[in-house]
Amino acid sequence: MGNLLSLTTFIPLLGAGILALFLRGDDAAAQRNAKWVALATTVFTFLVSLFILADFDPAAPGFQFVEDRQWLLGLRYKLGVDGISLLFVMLTTFLMPLVIAACWDVTHRVKEYMIAFLVLETLMIGVFVALDLVLFYLFFEAGLIPMFLIIGIWGGKNRIYASFKFFLYTFLGSVLMLVAMVAMFAQAGTTDIPTLMAYNFSSQTFPILGVQILGGVQTLLWFAFFASFAVKMPMWPVHTWLPDAHVQAPTAGSVVLAAILLKMGGYGFLRFSLPMFPVASEIWAPLVLWLSAIAIVYTSLVALVQKDIKKLIAYSSVAHMGFVTAGIFALNQQGLDGAVFQMISHGFISGALFLGVGVIYDRMHTREIDAYGGLVNRMPAYAAVFLLFTMANVGLPGTSGFVGEFLTLMGMFQANTWVAAVATTGVIFSAAYALYLYRRVVMGDLIKESLKSITDMTAREKWIFAPLVVMTILLGVYPSLVTDITGPSVAALVDQVEVAVAAHGSQSAVAAAEVAAPAQH
Amino acid sequence: MFSLDLQTVLPEVILSVYAMVALMAGVYTTKDKSAGLLIWATAAMFTLMAFLIATREGTDPAFFNSFIDDGFARFAKVTILLSAAVVLVMSQEYLARRNLLRFEYPVLVTLAVVGMMVMVSAGDLMVLYMGIELQSLAMYVVASLRRDSEKSTEAGLKYFVLGALSSGLMLYGASLVYGFAGTTQFEGIFIATALGAPLGLIFGLVFLMVGFAFKVSAAPFHMWTPDVYEGAPTPVTAFMATAPKVAAIALFARVVYDGFGGVVGDWQQIVAFLSLVSVFWGGVAAIGQTNIKRLMAYSSIAHMGFALMGLASGTAFGVQAMLIYMAIYVTMNIGTFAFILSMERDGRPVTDINALHMYSRYAPMRALAMLVLLFSLAGVPPMVGFFGKLYVLRAAYEGGLTWLAILGVIASVIGAFYYLRIVYYMYFGEEREALDTGTSPLLWGVLMASAAVMVFGVINLFGIEPLAAAAAATLVN
Repeated sequence: MGNLLSLTTFIPLLGAGILALFLRGDDAAAQRNAKWVALATTVFTFLVSLFILADFDPAAPGFQFVEDRQWLLGLRYKLGVDGISLLFVMLTTFLMPLVIAACWDVTHRVKEYMIAFLVLETLMIGVFVALDLVLFYLFFEAGLIPMFLIIGIWGGKNRIYASFKFFLYTFLGSVLMLVAMVAMFAQAGTTDIPTLMAYNFSSQTFPILGVQILGGVQTLLWFAFFASFAVKMPMWPVHTWLPDAHVQAPTAGSVVLAAILLKMGGYGFLRFSLPMFPVASEIWAPLVLWLSAIAIVYTSLVALVQKDIKKLIAYSSVAHMGFVTAGIFALNQQGLDGAVFQMISHGFISGALFLGVGVIYDRMHTREIDAYGGLVNRMPAYAAVFLLFTMANVGLPGTSGFVGEFLTLMGMFQANTWVAAVATTGVIFSAAYALYLYRRVVMGDLIKESLKSITDMTAREKWIFAPLVVMTILLGVYPSLVTDITGPSVAALVDQVEVAVAAHGSQSAVAAAEVAAPAQH
Repeated sequence: MFSLDLQTVLPEVILSVYAMVALMAGVYTTKDKSAGLLIWATAAMFTLMAFLIATREGTDPAFFNSFIDDGFARFAKVTILLSAAVVLVMSQEYLARRNLLRFEYPVLVTLAVVGMMVMVSAGDLMVLYMGIELQSLAMYVVASLRRDSEKSTEAGLKYFVLGALSSGLMLYGASLVYGFAGTTQFEGIFIATALGAPLGLIFGLVFLMVGFAFKVSAAPFHMWTPDVYEGAPTPVTAFMATAPKVAAIALFARVVYDGFGGVVGDWQQIVAFLSLVSVFWGGVAAIGQTNIKRLMAYSSIAHMGFALMGLASGTAFGVQAMLIYMAIYVTMNIGTFAFILSMERDGRPVTDINALHMYSRYAPMRALAMLVLLFSLAGVPPMVGFFGKLYVLRAAYEGGLTWLAILGVIASVIGAFYYLRIVYYMYFGEEREALDTGTSPLLWGVLMASAAVMVFGVINLFGIEPLAAAAAATLVN
């Protein structure tokens, strides 16, 4: 079982290859086969990934299941998981079968659709297990290709605009990261992530064109990475691609985008920004905290006035990601634990919400909130499920949403009370927009003529939601499932940042003393 | 001694003699009927020479150092010969169907290739100029291969006038260099600049570099490229986009390192400037293009900008990055042109990218291969094109040109837009009149092979890395 991670990463690609090479035709039978092959592949991937979870030792903070091979240009093909990345791998493998099942009714170019999702799964898992800078970048960027196609081919009316915006926005964000990676490679002489995490990049202040750069090289590199991850997260004010992409993407695409792709940004902060540039992270944390607070309040307010259900949920995603970034840059155990928890929980909740929109969109072919109302009368099961996830989105105690928000707020409070105060108002706003949405769509009398014949969820749809319901409640009442795994890794990360910051503090003190010393003579 | 010299230039001699014999045979026999056969024979000849060259070792100066056969030259020559062979074979069917298959075509291409081989091996400004002119004159003629087409003749004429201008500038620069260094040999120039180059010599160098920039079509000396690419018959365009580019940029590297390697700082800024303007202009100007050949012209300008970025770094690693970039670029372009050659409707060539509407619907495999190539051209991982960019970016950073690297990647995002636009037509467009699908299996094979290289190269770049490193080490020391 030496290459369990490679196996998990590349099984979906293998499935895609089988589909591409051996499946011919476009009739109903071929379409059904394509779906079954894709479903079987994703389920199998999930089962394989369970072995990783079972064999994983949470007490050890380092990387486990490490695979290391020579690659070109002195790069390495190196994979491994720690307590942070493992959960994202599990989230991905867990959600993908549901995503495939959710696009069972697609009839347009099914084979290609399945291939795109399988390739995307490989790339997403690859992002979380890569332990080499360039390998990470490779998976990170390559994910744009299938997502670009998914939005562009199977998306809504305005899909061309959305897909181009999605691609170019995120591409522009990440090319700067590429330059930073090249710089790190040249400076440290390696692209090995664990080595780089221990490498001490200079944090000595130096001038560029007369401007003193606080935090020196670390700051420059930190901002290059920040540009990429902030776009991917997405953070206010670079979030504008997300609502467009979400609205135009097909249901399954939205689910993947919200539940997994957005997490790459947060994962990047945890894997790169914090351990590799601790001093810069410390210096610029207030900036991120305030951006997050603005994001939480601003996007919640924007969500209130949306007329399109998907757009509303998209803005709500941005707000929730604000909690994540704030938790990460609180730079303490609660904040980081909360951020990871919030990302996992948001993966289930936002995924479920987009699936919920998909259920009624498949029936009515509109996402206008005004087109709905009183669904509870004809769709009781749907109303119950949607209620649960609406509440989880708001952060009702007993659901996983609560734990994440609470922990991140606690972390924020320790770091900066004012930010925590502003962010907490976001919780109220989120209750406002979520309940307002629920009232308009589900509650009330069923007066619209077009809705009179709407049917409740089919068995397939219920089965898709069942695992998500279970996970949301389970994590809500027993959060240790997540925090036990992340705890040691997060604790090690927090320690590392604190040590580095302290070392920098004493260094600067020495430097300041040296500057001051001649003056005394 | 003389026989040893001849041995060094054996491949060039063989090809020249072959060209003469082929010309005679063409003139005295049934003329164009055997042209198809001649194309295959020429391609075989190229491949043979590539193998012959690849087996050589060491550095062999000939004719008192005016001709140098070293690892660098061999890397460039093998790339030139192999790409020329593939492009020749690709063009056969296209030309035959359009009644353009004349026996002069392979002969002229052979002469152009000989010129390129002389260019990359030049150790003297005179030899350099001879190589460039042999290559250029042959290319001017093939550009106007379609005599009865206004566009093709216009392309030939434009190419000739602007090419002659650049040759003039180069000659002027060469004479200045000769005047100030007292020699035309690179070795002598290197010695003359040992204590810093006098102003006149720098002046000469600038003129020389302007001439080279014309040949590699680096902005702001790129104006001829889109028109000539569009006007020339597509197989000729494919040829112009591959082998001559490698030759010109290798020559560029040869002169600045062999002749002016002691004064890197003096030419580094110029190359960096050419690189910057090329990547931006190539990216921005292509956005409005609807003709795929014009688009590829701007694309090649941008790619030359990236290759020059490697050269600008002034290090051995930079030259290695440049060579790898060029090898990747050539492979991508061969595949892309195989696709463009197969774009037809009712047997007539189509070059408007509008015609690709929903191409993926009726030619899924071809569309997929093209998708891979386009993302590779845009430099998106995991395609090999990304690694080319990675190499030159690293070279630029290590050469202290971080600003160039940053601006370069921003330009590559702008450039990504127009590659995506082709993907948009192929995959997202609406159903329109379809293109023909049943075209040549040979083009299909080349397209697929090129796309496969772009995908599977991610494993180890087919071992090209150490070869390029060895080649770069012989040039820069």
